[in-house]
Amino acid sequence: MPWRQCLRGIAVSAVDAAPAPIGVKPIDDSTAAIQVTGDWSHGAAIKPAEQVLAELDATSPSRVLLQAHELAGWDSRLPAYLLKIIDYCQARQIEVDASGLPEGIQALLKLARAVPERTGARRATQKKSMLADIGKTVLNGLKDVRGLIAFIGETMLAFMSLIRGKARFRAVDLLLCIQDAGPAALAIVTLISLLVGLILAFVGAVQLAMFGAQIYIADLVGLGTVREMGALMTAVIMSGRTGAAYAAQLGTMNVNSEIDALKTMGISPMEFLVLPRMLALILMLPLLCLYADLMGILGGALVTVSAFDVSLIQYYNETQKAVDLTDFSIGIFKSLVFALLIATAGCMRGMQCGRSASAVGDAATAAVVNSIVYIVVADSLITLLCNRLGI
Amino acid sequence: MNTPHITVTDLTMAYGDFVIQQDLTFTIDHGDIFIIMGGSGCGKSTLLKHLIGLQRPAKGAVFYDRQDFWHASDEERVRIMRRIGVLYQSGALFSSLTLAENIALPLGEFTDMGSREIADIASYKLALVGLAGFEDYYPSEISGGMQKRAGLARAMALDPEILFFDEPSAGLDPVSARLLDDLIISLRDTLGTTIVVVTHELASIFAIGSNSVFLDPETKTMLATGAPRKLLAESSDPRIIQFLTRGESNVDKPA
Repeated sequence: MPWRQCLRGIAVSAVDAAPAPIGVKPIDDSTAAIQVTGDWSHGAAIKPAEQVLAELDATSPSRVLLQAHELAGWDSRLPAYLLKIIDYCQARQIEVDASGLPEGIQALLKLARAVPERTGARRATQKKSMLADIGKTVLNGLKDVRGLIAFIGETMLAFMSLIRGKARFRAVDLLLCIQDAGPAALAIVTLISLLVGLILAFVGAVQLAMFGAQIYIADLVGLGTVREMGALMTAVIMSGRTGAAYAAQLGTMNVNSEIDALKTMGISPMEFLVLPRMLALILMLPLLCLYADLMGILGGALVTVSAFDVSLIQYYNETQKAVDLTDFSIGIFKSLVFALLIATAGCMRGMQCGRSASAVGDAATAAVVNSIVYIVVADSLITLLCNRLGI
Repeated sequence: MNTPHITVTDLTMAYGDFVIQQDLTFTIDHGDIFIIMGGSGCGKSTLLKHLIGLQRPAKGAVFYDRQDFWHASDEERVRIMRRIGVLYQSGALFSSLTLAENIALPLGEFTDMGSREIADIASYKLALVGLAGFEDYYPSEISGGMQKRAGLARAMALDPEILFFDEPSAGLDPVSARLLDDLIISLRDTLGTTIVVVTHELASIFAIGSNSVFLDPETKTMLATGAPRKLLAESSDPRIIQFLTRGESNVDKPA
């Protein structure tokens, strides 16, 4: 029993006596020693440097000795800690003597201060006023508008040289773009258009069935799809599918200096890269739109025939009566406009892309967001115009 | 050798208000291997962009033979640009085309050769840079050094009078870098091509350079122009000596 108590006593006193890993010890009036001991690796418990500096302030020496006793192990933590103390002392004109430290640490400290900090290299975090932020946003917006106008101008020039038969691009590229913007998109256009037709039919049916006028679902679905939803939904799909792809492709080519290489070869990237992409989308989107119209009407028919007691022939006749060529032309005209907008947004963002991986991502995102905004705005304008003109 | 091939007079390069280099004046003779050297961030690559028509100078002029490059009409500038070939740092091969198609592209655009003849020339250029048999590979399928050599083959496609190299040996092992240097010298000797190289590889600078310009990031101007060996032997500027000796010589020469 006694020896056990004794043992416990030793253990306790050992913990008590375990030297603090760092401490300030005044030596005489003008000198203080900072002593480091024990374990200085990651995970060791060490009091914050501020506390040590406060202790140092309390003794206010004119000379500081850095000393190490029985260091168990250390990593980058110790030199970083010591540098903080040294910088603090130097700022207060306190002389630092590091000769009491192991040579390895002394060398590291010397290396870290070998190249003086370059004046003006450190970025000061300035507080910006809100006005400055607003100004910057407006200027950025203006820059965007200027970029857009410049891009439209360059596109016009490229189309002019296409009309004069002077544009340089590879027919293979055009065919690949057409394949990508047309047939390859059929599956998703089928799915979405069919479902939109279905939804239109259901929404209309709930109201029309109250009057027993289910047959007019055909009118609603037919007109809604052909004049509006067919073009709009295809455009939204294609801006996510093709517009983003254009921006990412051209952006990556920019990052990889491929566009610079074309320029120095004397080949205009607007003709070589942008023209085939724009042409492909302008050729393909109206066709996709036509196909989407058919699918939408089919979707409507599926609901009406199966759930609302209308025969397929009735539905067909009613649709034929309701939808005429003008309605089709409006839808197709819209899809042409949308194609132009999607291709412009995608190609412009790609060509103006910065030179980093994140810039390519930003370009793709901006391409999709821009084209959807353009599409919806243009759609509203055209619809309003048609309404006023009575078409 | 009477008129210099490229003359740069009083050139100032800037991004907006931020001046990169100013008052650059030097000439590049026919058949020179001209080195643009200087520490990191001193504007070597930017100078290259001004020479190959990617960036307009803020001030000053670049002449090709006697023709003012930046004040020429767009068509004339394109005509000058067709006389030069550029090897970009990353190769800048068109990633959607095979190596043969990459080389065939400028040939198809600017000559009226048949496709079979173009394919033959593409194979020949690839063989010149040691890539015979790689016609149908895509750039992503070959190593970085091979991409660089393929980029060189494309730059040489139209038999340019002047070839520009942007850091040709960056990212290459010493042996490949040496092979590229040998290739550059033999291009100059056999075809008489004028060659402009942006680099800071000392080994290459001394091995191939017959003339050079040294750009300094601190003073934002050129410190010297001349053959690299001559600069090392005769220059009294500690910054040049330090650069050319990797900072190993004691720079105690009387400045």
